[in-house]
Formats: sequence, C-alpha cells, structure tokens
Amino acid sequence: MFSFIEHYIWLIPLLPLLGAATNLLIGRRLSHTAVNVIAVGSISISFILSVLVYIHLISLPVNERHFVDTVYTWIGLGSFQVGLSFLVDPLSTVMILVVSGVGSVIHLYSVGYMHDDKRYSRYFGFLNLFAFAMLLLVLSNSILLMFVGWEGVGLCSYLLIGFWFEKIENARAGMKAFVVNRIGDFGFIVGFILLFTSMGLKTGTWTLDFGVIKSNINLIPVSVLTIVGIMLFVGATGKSAQIPLYVWLPDAMAGPTPVSALIHAATMVTAGVYMVARMNFLYVLAPDALRVIAIVGALTAFFAATIGLVQNDIKKVLAYSTVSQLGYMFIGVGVGAFSAGIFHLMTHAFFKALLFLGAGSVIHAMSGEQDIRKMGGLAKKLPITTSTFIIATLAITGVPGFAGFFSKDDILYNAYISPYGGKFVWALGVTGAVLTAFYMTRLVILTFYGNPRMDHHTAEHIHESPKTMTIPLIILAILSVIGGYIGMPEAFGVHNVFAEFLSPVFASNFNLPEGSISLEWMLMGVSVLAALLGIGLGYYFYAVNTELPDKLAEKFHTTYTWLLNKYYVDEFYLKYIVGGVMKLKDILALFDLGIIDGAVNGAAKLGRKLSEFDGAFDRVVVDGAVNAVGDGIISAGSILRKLQTGLVQNYLIFAIIGLAILLSFVLL
Amino acid sequence: MTLTDYLILSGLLFSIGVFGVLTRKNAIAVLMGVELMLNSANINLVAFCKFVDTGVSGQVFALFSIVIAAAEVAVALAIVIAIYKATRTIDLDKEDTLKG
Repeated sequence: MFSFIEHYIWLIPLLPLLGAATNLLIGRRLSHTAVNVIAVGSISISFILSVLVYIHLISLPVNERHFVDTVYTWIGLGSFQVGLSFLVDPLSTVMILVVSGVGSVIHLYSVGYMHDDKRYSRYFGFLNLFAFAMLLLVLSNSILLMFVGWEGVGLCSYLLIGFWFEKIENARAGMKAFVVNRIGDFGFIVGFILLFTSMGLKTGTWTLDFGVIKSNINLIPVSVLTIVGIMLFVGATGKSAQIPLYVWLPDAMAGPTPVSALIHAATMVTAGVYMVARMNFLYVLAPDALRVIAIVGALTAFFAATIGLVQNDIKKVLAYSTVSQLGYMFIGVGVGAFSAGIFHLMTHAFFKALLFLGAGSVIHAMSGEQDIRKMGGLAKKLPITTSTFIIATLAITGVPGFAGFFSKDDILYNAYISPYGGKFVWALGVTGAVLTAFYMTRLVILTFYGNPRMDHHTAEHIHESPKTMTIPLIILAILSVIGGYIGMPEAFGVHNVFAEFLSPVFASNFNLPEGSISLEWMLMGVSVLAALLGIGLGYYFYAVNTELPDKLAEKFHTTYTWLLNKYYVDEFYLKYIVGGVMKLKDILALFDLGIIDGAVNGAAKLGRKLSEFDGAFDRVVVDGAVNAVGDGIISAGSILRKLQTGLVQNYLIFAIIGLAILLSFVLL
Repeated sequence: MTLTDYLILSGLLFSIGVFGVLTRKNAIAVLMGVELMLNSANINLVAFCKFVDTGVSGQVFALFSIVIAAAEVAVALAIVIAIYKATRTIDLDKEDTLKG
C-alpha cells in the first residue's frame, strides 16, 4: 500500500520550501487568508505525506524498512558523490512525523497568535522555511546534506528570534543564537571532515553517505572515532543547547511565542539528539564519546533545572526546562539507549509545544505580560489553557499515565543499567526530575491559582484565546497523554512498540545489559516518588506556606542570587570568552595597523617617491625640450619682427637696396 | 644737345625724386618726389624716341604715362586725406600702425 510514496519523499521538504518562497516573495500582496492557506496547507500536506510514509513503512517486513529516494546528484567528483537524496527509515519517519505534525499544529496556532502582526506573511514564510530546513535535516541521506539543514535551522532561528527586531534586545538575542550555534557548527564541521578524510585515507572510500559510512566504520581506529564523536557532539551542544553552549536558548525567548514552541519542541533543538541517534553506528564504537555525552547530558539536566527553580519569566522557566529535558535526551542517547532518547524527544515535543503554546495563550490574555509574579488566578478565566497546561505539566513532571512518565522512566532505567551511564548519571537525572516537578508546580500555581496580582486594567482584558489557538492546545494535550503508550516498558508485560519500530536503525551488535523486572519496577517507583516529591514540595511552598520561598531566598541569599543570575555563565562568557576574543581582536588590529597597513603604506610611499622622480624628469627634461623649442622660436620672432617697422620709407629703402644688389649682379 | 645730355638730366631728376621720397617726412612731399621720378622716365621716353626710333610711339607713351600719373596722384592724395582724417597728421614717421 502507498508504495508510490517511495518516489515522492522529496515533496515532504519541498512543500514547506515552496510555501516559504511564495510567502516571502509575494506574501505582502496576498490576503491573510491566502497566506494562512499556503503556510498551514504546505506543512499539513507534508504531515499527511509523512503519515503515508509511515503507513507504507509498517506494511513492509521489518528488515526492509529502509529506502533512499535520490532526486539528483548534487556534487559529483569522480567516485565522490553527494546526491540530493532522502533516507527513509523508522528513525527519520518518527522525526518527520514529529516535525511536520507538531509543526502543523504550531503553524495553525500562529494564525491566531500573530493575527495583528504587521509582517504577517514574512513570519509564515520564515516558519515554513524553518520546517523545510528541519525536514531536510532529518531526511537527508548524507552528512553534507544534513549539514545544509543543520545550518538552515540555525539561520531560521536567527531570523525568527530576532523577528521583532525593532527592540535591540531581540535583535541581539537572534545574533547570540546564531553566533553560539556557529561555535557548535565549527565542531560539527571538524567532526565530519575528520571522519571523511580518515575514512577516505583508510579505506579509499570517499563518502559522506550514512549507509556507506556505516558499512566502513569498523575500519577506522577507535581513537579517531572518539574524537569524531566528541566533535560532532560539540555541534550538538550548540544546536541542542547543552553545557556549555546552552546560553542562547533562554535568550531565544525574544521571538514570538509560537517560534519558541517550534524551536523547543519540533525543530532545531532536537537536531542534536537526532544527529547522535543517526550516527549511533559510530558512537557504539566510541564508548568514551558516549560517556562524555551522558555526563554532559546529566549535568545539563541537573543544572538547568536548578536555574529554572527561581526564574520569574514564564517563558524563561520553560526555556530552562527545555535545556534540562534535552539533557535527559542526551542521557538517553549517551548511555546507548538511542530509542529511549528519541522517545523522549517525541513526547517532549508534544508537551513542550503544549507548554509554550499555553504560555503564549497566557501572555496573549495578559496583554503581553510575562512575569509570573504579576499573574495568578487565571484558571477561572482561561479554562482551556489552564487544563491543557496542567496536562502538559503532569506529562513533563513524569506523573504515571502521562507521556513524559514513560519516556523519562525509560531513560533513567537505561542510565542506571548502562555501562556508559551508571548511578551518578542516574542520580543527577532523578534529582533533576524532583527539581523539574518543583518548578513546574510553582509555575502552574503562580500563574493559574492564588490571588490575581495583575493590575486592574490588565485584569479586565483577560479572555480565553480564539479557536485557532485553543484547538492546537487540545490536540497537543491529547498527544501528551496518549503519546507515551506506544513506548510502554516491558515491565508492564507488553512489547515496547516504539523501541521495536526503531530497532532496525540502531546497531544490532550493541545490546545493553539486561536488567531485571524487579529492578525496573523499583527504579520506576523512585521516579514516581521523585515526581510526587517535587509536586508536593511545590504545592507546599507556593500554595500552603506561601511565605516560605521568600524566607528561604533570604536565608540562602547567595545561592538564590547565583541561581537567579544563572550562575553568572553569561557574564563569565562575556568577560572571558567574548573579552578574550576582543583582546585578540585588539592585538590583531595592532598587527593590521602596524605591519599590514605599514607594508601597504610603505608601498604607497615608495610609489609616490617614484612618481615624484618621474614627474621631475617630465618637468625638467621633456617639458624643458619642448619649451626650449618654443622659446627659441619666440626669441627669433622677436628679432625678426623688428624688420616690420610699419614705416613705408623703410620698406622703400629695403627695396632700393635689393634693387641695387640685383643690379650689381647684372652689371658686374 | 645729344642723347647723353637728356639721359643725364633724367638721371639727375630721378635721383632727386628718390631722395625726396626717402627723406621727406611729409607725405605730400613724398608724392612730389614720386612725380619727379615719373617725369624723369617721361624725358627718357621722349629722348629715345627722338634720337633712336624716329617715330611718335615714344611720345604717345609719355602722354599715357602723364595721364596715368595724374590718376595716381588723385588716388594718392585721397589716401593722404583719409590718413589725415583718421590720425590728424601726415607725418610718415608717425604712421607705423603696421609695425610688427
């Protein structure tokens, strides 16, 4: 069924690209309705095609669920070929479903949210371009084409974060995202070029295709693979906001809220996790690289959660929770449980998109206010937003029965038993889960419950959002509940459908040790307890004993300030990294001024001297000769002119003298 | 009276005319010198006619010459008057407009 789809894979990324081109080129002359139809329509059709791909894929036998659709050869240099070719396997299918599915919902939501924006068509053009870049990234069959998408999402994040560029902070946030991503991209480039050259030199196969790399990967020494793996992961820390390059993501809040949802849920940040999962055949041979990923992921999960505890901007809290959740995904792929990482990527896409869109709905209702200290009591006025937001909160905190529970539990369980993880990683993950539950509970209570703290004027305007915004919330809420059941752990006596679906992609010679069912139940219990503990603490702090947080903040003033200022990481980067670069810049400027400019100026001076000499020669010798001729003629003329006296009698004398001379010749 | 006597007379007259033409400052006086030179030529014509040719053609020539001299003097005097009107003088030493 639907086998024709194998030859139309290229339509999936192409449609959003066409939508983007239309809206960016002629969108300003189109009506809002037309822009909506183009933007939402193109991504929705991509989603429908993705569903067809999925249906086709599951109709195939398990070991045949893999095909490549080559459109044309992009680069052909002898045996080195890079095609514009798309790889379809269970992993990329999951990704295109998430990207186009959640992307469609966010596009739909944007119709309501961006309704009054003056650059309406440009916004949707960028949004479509973003979806295109991400779809290209996940569908590409070679690292090089993947890199095109990789850079594309970086570019689109810059364009959309700085979308309201009239405010300088927004433009700066866009630039920051772009520059930080560039640092990561540098690592990524180094990684894949190292892989390319070492494979080419070792095996004579010069290729960037995933399939060929996979079949030749055994021939490359482990030390090289470890470096390649770590360099690629550096790229992932940039895209997926891990320590130390996570700093751009919280600032990415400057963009419109649906953009935050798109960046945090469906596109961009998941690119790093996807890349590691896609390169799993490399990472399983480089256990040290995996350990690095797991540790960095665990540290990020923990530290980002601690920062999230004290933030007061609704979107900032969610931003740090994204950084933290991405940490979990990296724990998953880092300990070798690739399907668990991708599973969490998917469930996170549902509930994080929901949280952001919910936050957008709140901000919409609050006339642009984002400070949760000025909210409160919104539950009555925003029933749909509140209920969907709470579902998402339950999902992210890992309450049993919701999507986040299954995926997070899967990761923590694997972290515990994996040789690349261990108890330390697991402990950080569980602590992070407590903190997550705490700050999410705090966020919900401060925003939706308690006494209203906004001013009278804002309070009057609070209203539930229009249908184009609430319907996406409901869709995502449903997904946040049921999304987890496709990956139920085997302890429940069922097959983990999700892991089985993905298993052909991941290295078959790599098996994590078997844990016992009882261990799994026990760890699950710990996770649930952690979630409940966090929720309970949050409830106690912000609903029962509401003075306690302020007291604690006062008592642990230093800690609180450090957390509030995000460990001063931004300041540290600004002072030492940016400052260092600036110093280097000064030195280079001196070099430029002294030596380069000196050489240039010296050459110029020499040229000037030469031309001065040349000019002097011209003036003295050439002009002298010319003038001398002229002067000679003038002075000769001034002598000869005296013959012309104007006196008739003189002329007669000359005539007579002449006559006399003639006569003398004749006569003598 | 022989031919030689006539030729000497005409030579003297011509010389006086040339001297007058070259030395007089007054334009009228210069014209008078020119008349002397013309008339010395006329004497030559008549003298050669009488002693050498025996016809009357030389005398006819002399008459033509006198008539032409009259016309020449008329033109010359008109020029002198025009010069006088323009410059208020007929002193040839002062008429050097064409000096180079």
